[in-house]
Amino acid sequence: MWGFYFNELMRSLPYFFDGVWMTIGVSGLSLVAGTVIGFICGIIRAGRNKILRAIVGVWVDVIRGTPFLVQVFIVFFILPSAGIELEAFPAAVIALSNLTASFICEIVASGIIAVPKGQREAATASGLSNYQQLRYIVLPQAMRSIMAPLVGQYVLLVKDSSVVSAIGVVDITRVGWLTVQRVPEGLMVFGLVGLLYFAICYPLINLSGYLERRMTIVNTRL
Amino acid sequence: MLEAFNFRVILEYMPLYLQCFLATLWMSGLALVGAILVGIIACSMRLSQSRNLKVLAGVYIETIRSTPLLVQLYFFYFGLPTLGIMLPEWVTGVIALILNSGAYYAEIIRSGIQSIHSGQTEAGIASGMNYFQRMSYIILPQALGMTIRPMLGQAIVLVKDSSLLSLISIMELTRAGQLLTSDRFMPAEGFLTTAVFYLILYYMLKSLSSWSEKRLIFREAH
Repeated sequence: MWGFYFNELMRSLPYFFDGVWMTIGVSGLSLVAGTVIGFICGIIRAGRNKILRAIVGVWVDVIRGTPFLVQVFIVFFILPSAGIELEAFPAAVIALSNLTASFICEIVASGIIAVPKGQREAATASGLSNYQQLRYIVLPQAMRSIMAPLVGQYVLLVKDSSVVSAIGVVDITRVGWLTVQRVPEGLMVFGLVGLLYFAICYPLINLSGYLERRMTIVNTRL
Repeated sequence: MLEAFNFRVILEYMPLYLQCFLATLWMSGLALVGAILVGIIACSMRLSQSRNLKVLAGVYIETIRSTPLLVQLYFFYFGLPTLGIMLPEWVTGVIALILNSGAYYAEIIRSGIQSIHSGQTEAGIASGMNYFQRMSYIILPQALGMTIRPMLGQAIVLVKDSSLLSLISIMELTRAGQLLTSDRFMPAEGFLTTAVFYLILYYMLKSLSSWSEKRLIFREAH
């Protein structure tokens, strides 16, 4: 019986590869959007404008304080009642970008704050404008402490993307869920699903660890 | 959307919400205790002298960290029955939560222990202390100060992750929102109320985290 189910599973492998592309698509789009929005909000959060800072702070807290599944449901079910009709795919990308942006915002803000104050003062004394200070002095130095947690956040992003299967996006998890209805060997099916996620996440985790070691060495040499 | 917001329905469903709130609370609490125990065991295996134990703990931690919780949840939910193990849903859910967070706790505890300078251990050896004395009098009291914040952070993650249990039809907060949505088709009322309950838990844990930082870690430093 086991062999029969194994053959069945092998026959549905193409669906799993479609699922991999869907996961990569959702994660990739959210990665780009989340990084851009996250950097902008992070710079605002580390900036001087108190009102904007507070607004971003509340947004970050609300996103961090609620489960991603609830956020997905809110985007998917509530936006339509406000007149914005969304398919599952764009709803998933919006929810996931929003989540990623809120985490990257905190990473970027703490990276910027960690840059010694003297650097900014020296830049002001040299007559650099606010934008120039950020672009040439603060961000390049902040990037050192941002890089490792940023890649770590991308790992979380790929893993969190499994949650959007709940609204019917056919990603790896959803394919596994559909397959297990036909091939009732849960360990085998979700073992395969886990293996596919592992293949995406494990290199990223190692990249994050590598960056962390590399950046710390640079830090101590200075 | 807001003018149609129906508070009466929320009041009507409040007993359900409170019941589900308690369910979330005690399931997360149980999983938290279990996860810390698993984390301690996995961490001591990883730091032990035995090569086999080290590899075993490493495989466990890396596997959990590279796959999404939802996939692990489905793995147990669909997989255990094929092995002939029939458990109630909530037990399966809590086991998945424990094993998932256990891996993260192992890493948190390990980084706490390894952050203690090796001179401390050497001084302990020089004073003629054995392994357990060094651990309980020198290493762990110092490591605790380092780990309490990431540990509470992981507790927040755990509470939010427990929302995924709704996908295997366990009654908890997110499930309550789903029920209200499917009974009355009021997704805004349903999921926003759910979100508010999670935010309450989030703020409680967050203020506990900053309180412990002020109280415990500041004193450690002096």
